[in-house]
This record gives sequence, structure tokens and C-alpha cells, in this order.
Amino acid sequence: MSARKISLTVNGQAVEAEVEARVNLADFVRQAIGLTGTHVGCEHGVCGACTIIVDGRPARACLMLAVQADGAEVETVESLGTPEALSELQQAFRDRHALQCGFCTPGMLMTIEALLRVEASPTREQVRDVLSGNLCRCTGYQAIVDAALDAAKARRGTR
Amino acid sequence: MSTRYFGAAVPRLEDPRLLAGRGTYVDDIVLPGMLHAVFLRSSVAHGRIRHLDSTAALSMPGVRAVYAMADLAGFGAGPMPAMAPHPLLKTPITCSPLASDEVCYVGEAIAMVLADSRAEAEDALAAIELDIEHLPVVANARQGIADGAPRAHSGRDSNVIATLRGSHGNVDAVFAAAAHRFSETFEIHRGGCHAMECRGVVAAPEPRSGELSLWTSSQSPYMVRRHLATYLGHDEADIRVTAPDVGGGFGPKANVYPEEFAVALAALACGHPVKWIEDRQEHFLATTQQRDQFWSLEVACDAAGRMLGVRGRCIHDNGAYAPYGLILPTTALASFPGPYALAAFDLSIDVVLTNLVPTSPVRGAGRPNAAFVLERLADTIARRLNLPREEVRRRSFVRAEQMPYVTGGKMRDGSPVAYDSGDYARALSLVVDKIDAASFEERRAEAATRGRLLGLGFASCVEDTGLGPFEGASVRVTPAGKVVVATGAASQGQGHATTLAQIAADALGVDLSQVTVKAADSRIFPLGISTIASRVAVTAGSSVEIAARKVRDKAIKVAAHMLEAGEHDLEIENGQVRVVGVPDMNVPLSTIARVLSGSAGVPIPAGVEPDLAATGYFDANQLAFAYGSQACEVEIDPETGDTRITRYVVAHDCGRLINPLIVDGQIRGGVVHGIGNALFEHMRHDEAGQPLTATYADYLLPGAAEMPDIEIHHIETPSPRNPIGAKGAGEGGTIPAAACVISAIQDALGPEAPFVTMHPVSPEQIVEWIDQARK
Repeated sequence: MSARKISLTVNGQAVEAEVEARVNLADFVRQAIGLTGTHVGCEHGVCGACTIIVDGRPARACLMLAVQADGAEVETVESLGTPEALSELQQAFRDRHALQCGFCTPGMLMTIEALLRVEASPTREQVRDVLSGNLCRCTGYQAIVDAALDAAKARRGTR
Repeated sequence: MSTRYFGAAVPRLEDPRLLAGRGTYVDDIVLPGMLHAVFLRSSVAHGRIRHLDSTAALSMPGVRAVYAMADLAGFGAGPMPAMAPHPLLKTPITCSPLASDEVCYVGEAIAMVLADSRAEAEDALAAIELDIEHLPVVANARQGIADGAPRAHSGRDSNVIATLRGSHGNVDAVFAAAAHRFSETFEIHRGGCHAMECRGVVAAPEPRSGELSLWTSSQSPYMVRRHLATYLGHDEADIRVTAPDVGGGFGPKANVYPEEFAVALAALACGHPVKWIEDRQEHFLATTQQRDQFWSLEVACDAAGRMLGVRGRCIHDNGAYAPYGLILPTTALASFPGPYALAAFDLSIDVVLTNLVPTSPVRGAGRPNAAFVLERLADTIARRLNLPREEVRRRSFVRAEQMPYVTGGKMRDGSPVAYDSGDYARALSLVVDKIDAASFEERRAEAATRGRLLGLGFASCVEDTGLGPFEGASVRVTPAGKVVVATGAASQGQGHATTLAQIAADALGVDLSQVTVKAADSRIFPLGISTIASRVAVTAGSSVEIAARKVRDKAIKVAAHMLEAGEHDLEIENGQVRVVGVPDMNVPLSTIARVLSGSAGVPIPAGVEPDLAATGYFDANQLAFAYGSQACEVEIDPETGDTRITRYVVAHDCGRLINPLIVDGQIRGGVVHGIGNALFEHMRHDEAGQPLTATYADYLLPGAAEMPDIEIHHIETPSPRNPIGAKGAGEGGTIPAAACVISAIQDALGPEAPFVTMHPVSPEQIVEWIDQARK
């Protein structure tokens, strides 16, 4: 197997690692770095559970190889907030009951986080459209859309 | 009962951890020396294994072992035990953890590779030489029941493993005397569960103690422990099974699976912890599904359209094995007569083996099927007699004053079904009102100006919830004054850590933040059944209430002794027992817990057992019947068949709501699952039994962009059958949803279109019906 050296930033921390070329970014983040908040739901780029932010844009970690993230700035759900100090978006998810089993949640959060950075006042339709790349079997989506809109409002208010 | 938390929309206690990415799902568990397992699976739907050679695979990098069933014979052998034996199944129809002779569906596990990494194990799979002789395939249930069909299992003389019958009253007499009789045939398809987390197992042997620990993404961890113990010839006490955070269940994770046994056997054989994480393709191939039922039915009604009787039969696709006995078809049958007061019914279900992955309940089990045919029959009557659809239902419903209402049907155990409470017509009137059916024709006319077809649909259901026998709970106050609730009921996202805590907090007068719920770990609570059948709020919820009340009584008894006060003069509030009206005379629960925890040589109050704790087992042998109605509007583009659900209204009665936020979440998720069944989800197989839809590009799940906002209205009729008045809420959203959507599509297509008797319906199908209507 061909291992390569990569260096990247993960949640603000510099990471240097030797990684086999075939290891995908989701497995790398979960197994090599130990950030298990990123979940793997389908491994073919449809469910969106593994969504993380790479260089400011949402990406499916299962469709990227770790070596492709060489030099990149990667953000995972662990960068948002802690259980004791949830981010506005995480808090909105809690208030709206926008998660049940919690498995798709990290991908949902990262997709919406990336949206809210470029669109401070999304419409309901925009949020639903952006979420079309993230599957949730528990909630029926409505509460997630509500939470995204609440978080957008809260962020506008605090700026 | 205090109502401080019960009934309040409190945010969930489990959320902060899950939101911060700190959940612990099975795949997050890493143990020292752990090996990774992958399965070699049958690529044919029916065949006989002639030859298996793993020599080349064993020499691949990182590979530690390749096991076939024979290699594990020292630890366990033969077919898996049946989870739910049924008298009609003379011998269990279960597979072995690994097939050694005949394989009966694409995806059946044959061998497993253990390696240092999953990637290395997957590399080695391709190096295993496997020779399978092809056998004739039964690719669907109607084919399986036909004369001269091949056998799905070569040793059986028929593919029909059971014929279930449910009847009540004199159906022939009712039909003979009825003013009208109508016949319809139905094709109902339901797909898989598609929890976002696939299945997964970690097994770890403890060589020094001989114990085995298992973490599994299961709805039924205690069933896994019981059957695994039997299979291994171990005592249950030597096997610890835990369901950690589980990423959705929806039914199929309630089964005890071959992979759970195989991973346990492999761990014992190799002496290492072993992890197996199902990938999504395996989920399509090897996790149970629900799939097809074909119904031929006749309905009788009087001149006013009141439904009097139903008769007919169903052909049920069982799949290749019956790991869960006959639970699914039995549940379909037990769901009649739904919300309708029928004078008679006579139904039978032929359960047919096919060479497809086994079936077992998916959210709603057979209830959505029964609801679909009953609701379509109600719509048939309305269409043929030119009556409003709501009116046929109102005339046919069981009425509120008839409660408790003995339906004539039988429960799974043969006992008579009696609906406990509710007002079915009120739920229907509520959705008719809230969706503003009165002005629907104006909206239809407006849509027509845009070239769109608008349709309005209705559906209703009754759901048996709170299935027995029990789900127990213990409640303990620690010397720090914290309350720990332990239960066997596993959670897959239903929020038990919050709802059960709400019940305990009220009974013990403590702040919700002081309560922790620990669940589904056999080392923490001894018994558990399963998180299925919308049962945990009723069963475990009632048990928590019972246990917490016992703890409260005990605390008061001890406090009376300590405060030298009468028990009747005491109340429990703010984590203290205090004298009513004299709040300064109090003793904290933590102090009582410390006293009852004991100190060497210090006696505890006479007549009180140590430990400020109690266990409750609510005897859940009487079901609580939830019910509801749904209404929706669909808008169809007649050129493309594109169908959008533009409005959706639910009226639901699940008795007393413990947490409205959580109940609404259950209902919304359930409705969307039903919409998926109506419009999208289709698990297709070809005539050789090969799955054709094994990715999310081929098998469509409902997505955020297509789903409507769902408006929910609650009716709260407390169930008289449990101490908290609750009824289950997990499946009531799903049960009538497909029927509701199809009713709306029918309405949009108009009276000239064929009567719709199937789901899912594709855009192509809708265009075809529109064309037929125009001819």
C-alpha cells in the first residue's frame, strides 16, 4: 500500500499524518484523528451524514480521499460547540427537537452551518433545497428547517 | 400526580451530547486488539454451496482468519433460534449464522474474514473461491403460491408456510343481506427501514472470566442475549449485551441477526474483540424488509354506505426465512377491522416463502397495510355510491359511546380485542375542518387555472399500542441526591432519556436535570423485551411511575422517622421531604439515600429495606388503542406526473402526552415514512431474485425538498389501562399516511381515472392513469 504524508488543519488544529491513498476523508477523520462525530451512513455520497466543511464549503467526507485534503482546512461537528456550550445552531436544533437518533445530525449541522455563513437570511424553500442532500429518517425534516431558520435569526441578532 | 414535567415540551436531555458529536454508536467503539469482520454473501438468490476455498484469502495482508460455519462448530452450530415461535410453524424457519449448504437469498452470509482493518478484510473477500450450484428461484410471493412453483427451500413441499385466519360474525349472512358489495384487489409494497445508521456489532471475549460482551445496534438487546446464550450453551449471566446510541431502528433492528451470532462466535474463536459494521449495500441485501402484500377483498355496505363486512385473502411475501415467526402477517390481520364497527369479517393470509431477504415489521408493521385496504374500501364505497368520503367513514366508525368496544378480532395471543377509548369521528372532523375541506373546490379551481390537478385525501386508523408483557424500570436515589432510572427498553432516538426522566422527576419532586436514564445494558437492568410496537411509553413509562412512587413512599416513611412527623403530614418537593406548611422541617432525599446506603454498625430505620430504590414492572397485558385521522392535498403536474404534497394535517390521540415536542417528532417522522411508501420507496428484484435497487440513487427515500410541513392536532383521551394514561405514538403517523396520499391522488385524477389500489405510485404511473382517464 502506498502511504503518503499529508498536512491539514482540522478544527483549527494542525494535523500531520501518514495515510494510505485509498483511505477516505470520513474514515480518516473518524479513525486516525478520533473525531467520531462525523458519521458514515451510505458511503456513496447520497445520505449526507458525513458532511463536513472543507475550505469553507460543505463536502461529503465519504467521497473525498484523505490525501485530497492535503493542505485543506477541515471543520467537523466537533468545531461547533460543546455539550455545555452549544452553538446557536445546535441550540436551535435542541429547542426545535430537530434530532431524534442523532445519526444524521452532524451532517445536517455542517450543511446548515455552511449555508448560514453565505446566506444570513435563507428562505424556508432555500433551506429545504439545501437539505435535499441530507437524509433523515426520524424527523420528517420540518423541525430541522425550523431550527435552521431560528439559528439564522439568532445569528443575525447577535451580529 | 404533580404535572410539573409530565405534559411539558421540555428539550431532550440526550441532545447536547448528540449535537456536539459526542454520541457513542457501535462504530465509535474501539477496543485494544480489535479485528474487523466482513461477510462473504451469496450472490445468487437460491443455490447450493459446492465448494469454498479460503487459502488465498488467508495469505492476504492483515488477514487473521477466515471462518465458515464448520470452523465455528466448537462454539455453536445449527440454525438460529426462532425469536417468536408460532404454533403454525411446526419447525422454526431460520438460517444458520453462516450458511453451509443451501443459500436462500442474495446476501445470505456464507463466510467471514477477520483482518486488522476493514479494508484488508474486504480485499481478502475477493480472494475466497466460492462455487455455488444455482437452484430455481421464487422471486415473488404470487409466483411462490402458483401451481408448479419451484421451492424456495429445496426440502419443503410447499412455499406456503402458514395460512392465518381472522374472522368474526356470520360473514356470509352479512354479505347476503347487504345492499351493496364491491370487490377490489390491492398491491401494497413497503420497503426497508433505512435507519441512517446501518447495523453493527462489537463482540469482546473476556478470556479470564469467560464472559462475553456484545454491543449491538439493536432494538432488542435482551433478546440477542437470551438467544445467543442458548445458542452458545452459556448462562445469560455470562453475556453482557448493550445497545449504545442507536441511529434509528424502525422495526428491522428488532430482529436477532445471523451477523450478531457470527461476530460473537468469531470473537470466541479468535480470542479478540471483533467489530462488524454493515455497509449500506449490505443493509439493502441483508437487513429485513417488509415488501409485498397482495389482497383480494370484498366489502359489504348498507344503502347509506355504512360498511358492514369485509372478506377476502392476502398473499404475503415472507422472504426466505422467518426469524421473527409470523409477527408481521399476524399484525396485519390483528389490525382489522380498524376504526370501523363491522358486523362481520373473514380474512386469511397465505404466508409465502420467497428467495428474497426475510421480512419483518417496518414502522407500523402490517397496520399500514390493513389501513390502506380498509381506507381504499371506504373510498370505493364513496365512489360507487357517490357519497362524500368523510360521510362513509363517519357512518361506519366505532362511536365514542360504544367504548370499550369489542371488535370481534383477536390479539396475537388469541384474546379478544377491545378498543379502550376515543372518538374516531372527532379526529376525522378535526382534519376535515383544519384542512378547510369546505373551500377545497375553490383551491382546485385555482390550481386548474395553472394547469395543475389538485386532490384532497383522507385516512383514519386505530393502533394497538403498549404491547405486553412488560418493560421494567428501576429508580434509585443516590447519596448525592441524583435520581438514576434504569430500564431494559432500548432507545433508537425516541427520547426515552427525557420522557422517563420527566415521569420520575414528577414523582420524586426533583429537578429534571437531577435525573439520568440508563437503558439497554444487561449489566444495569436484568430484563428487557424490545422497543417495538409503540410500546415503551406505556410499558416502561408506567413502570417508572410505579417504581418512583415506591421510592417516594419509602423516602416519606424514612423522613417521618427522622422528622418525628406523621407520614400524612409530609410532602416531597425540591429534592426534599418536608412537613406540609413547615418547609424548614425537611430532610433532603440525598440524606435519606445516604442513611439507606448504610454505615458499619449504624442501624437503619426499622421496617425499611436498605437502598432508596425500587423496581417496577407494569403488567401491560391490556393494550391501549391510539387512533387518528389525516388529511392532505396533492398537486399533480399532468404532463410529468410530478406529485407534490402541498398540505398535510394530522389529528392524533395517543392519550396523555408525556412530552408534546417528542410526540410531534414521532408523528412527523412517521408521516414522512408513510409518504415515502406512497410515492418513492420501492425495493425491486428481478426474476432471478437479484436486488435492482441497492443504492440511494435507485431506492428513493423522502427528502427535505419534497416533504410538506405537517400540522398536528392532539386529542388527549387518557387510556384507562395504565397508570399514566398514555398510548403509544411511534407508528400512528405512518399507519394511515400512504392511504391518505393515495386518496388525494385519486381525487386529483378524477372520477374517470382507474381506482388506485397500489403503492408506491410513480410519476409514470400517474401519467398513464391520466391518459386512461382522458380516453
